[in-house]
Amino acid sequence: MKNKYFERIYNGIIKENPTFVIMLGMCPTLATTTSATNGFGMGIATTAVLIFSNLLIAALRNIIPDKVRIPAYIVVIASLVTIVELLMQAYVRPLYNTLGIYIPLIVVNCIIMGRAEAYAAKHPALLSACDGIGMGLGFTCALTIIGFCRELIGSGSVFGYQIIPDDFHVGIFIMAPGAFLVLACLTAIQNKLKAPSATNLTKEEKAKKKLAGEPAGCTGECGSCMLHAEEIVDKKIELKKADCQKLETARNEEGGNR
Amino acid sequence: MALNEDKKLYHVSSSPHVRASVTTQKIMTDVIIAMLPAAAFGVYRFGIHALIVVLATVAAAVISEYLYEYFMKRPITITDGSAVVTGMILALNMPPEIPVWMPMLGAVFAIVVVKQLYGGLGQNFMNPALAARCFLLISFSRAMTDFSASFPAGSADAVSGATPLAVLKAGGEASLSDLFFGNIAGTIGEVSVLMLLIGAAYLLIRGVISIRIPAVYIATVAVFMGLFGGRGFDLYYVACEICAGGLIFGAFFMATDYVTTPITPLGQILFGVFIGILTGVFRVFGASAEGVSYAIIIGNIVAPLIERATVPTPFGKGRYAEITKKLMHENSERGGK
Repeated sequence: MKNKYFERIYNGIIKENPTFVIMLGMCPTLATTTSATNGFGMGIATTAVLIFSNLLIAALRNIIPDKVRIPAYIVVIASLVTIVELLMQAYVRPLYNTLGIYIPLIVVNCIIMGRAEAYAAKHPALLSACDGIGMGLGFTCALTIIGFCRELIGSGSVFGYQIIPDDFHVGIFIMAPGAFLVLACLTAIQNKLKAPSATNLTKEEKAKKKLAGEPAGCTGECGSCMLHAEEIVDKKIELKKADCQKLETARNEEGGNR
Repeated sequence: MALNEDKKLYHVSSSPHVRASVTTQKIMTDVIIAMLPAAAFGVYRFGIHALIVVLATVAAAVISEYLYEYFMKRPITITDGSAVVTGMILALNMPPEIPVWMPMLGAVFAIVVVKQLYGGLGQNFMNPALAARCFLLISFSRAMTDFSASFPAGSADAVSGATPLAVLKAGGEASLSDLFFGNIAGTIGEVSVLMLLIGAAYLLIRGVISIRIPAVYIATVAVFMGLFGGRGFDLYYVACEICAGGLIFGAFFMATDYVTTPITPLGQILFGVFIGILTGVFRVFGASAEGVSYAIIIGNIVAPLIERATVPTPFGKGRYAEITKKLMHENSERGGK
């Protein structure tokens, strides 16, 4: 990635995809993806809020006092959600009606709070906005894919166009259990394909980290990780021993002074 | 020769030294044999399509288990018969005229999602066949509750097609002898109480299941229907409620699954009471006429809690032992003074 702005967007869509990799914002993910259109609408609404909340919070990061930052973020996010809600009510009425309570609930979406706290509060405004675009697009893609699968299996249609006859719909997929099944399957596929992500390092990256003596992060390969964990434990034991020796010498010195 | 025998005598091994001849395979074979009368009656009653449903479902269950284990590089366990049992229970829970691909899809769901994803036989948290039945019931509610074809064409009953439970719920009457001998509308395996009882008796004699859960379960349903069924303790009505629907089949073949029901004696009784009350609640106050499968899978989910609460106290441990110990200790102290 040549450019750090593009790097943020790539990071949000693939590397740290909010739904499939960091598993944030599960409530709208499970509840609003009964069709591809609903998932897409929810994703776009969240993206709009996310971009502007990141932009505003990053711009205000030096003004907001540290102790009251969470209420301050909430005020910013809630104002933006109100704007989005009113716009949707005015221009996309059918979508507004189907999404219902989940539009005001964008205020408490973990992704928005998470990005504000983890990224926007520490980085310049434009970069934060790009982070918002990346995360928002990642969320939108994920929701659209989940919605697409559920709609295709559950009601036999793609973006509202019916392609499978009524008798072959597996209705459970547009209900709550279907959301969990589809999300789990897609996450499993993501893990299997090893799309490079924060928790899914390539071999070179792992080797680099190993050389530096850092834990490799969870790669999902518990077997090989345990080997590495033993090394870490050995190192910790050595450190502890050194600490104990220091303490002992300190005590001895004290005893000598007395 | 003598030397060899000596060697045999001095053979050293760790316990257990005496092994029972019971294996998973034998138990599953017994369960399959016990279900055969009901299955055969279903085929006799509903015709060749019922046979195709049973065979296709069993085949789908076994093949999906084989394919999953093959691709996940796990040991292949299709020979232990558990997949056959799952497929068979699921098939016997199907309406006779269901399109064959639906129970096959259900079998794949039962084996892959409910059983194998949780770690295979012995690890599943609910009965795979029942979970698949509920999966199908939610997905294809129309096809799953359509019993209109349950009667041979031309018979007078072919028009109504309602199950006896639905008739009873609507305030009508059912014939106990029809219920007992299977001359009613219903799923392939549940219609004949007589055939199910023959299978259950076989399982009880072979010691595969204990009478505890089925007896408590059925008794609880009987009491519940007497109290809340709206017709008082009318013996004929209560007997009809017991024989109708999937209660007998569920009680003997599904609520006795080793993996998903409590193993402690008191736990089994509590489990029976719990699912009995749930079944009654679903039948009397629920929207649909039947509630056995939902009751049992909810019972499956609370089974670990029931087990944890009913761990038996070993001899010499527990509250009374503590008290006696304390008293003895005090006495000895007094004696010392």
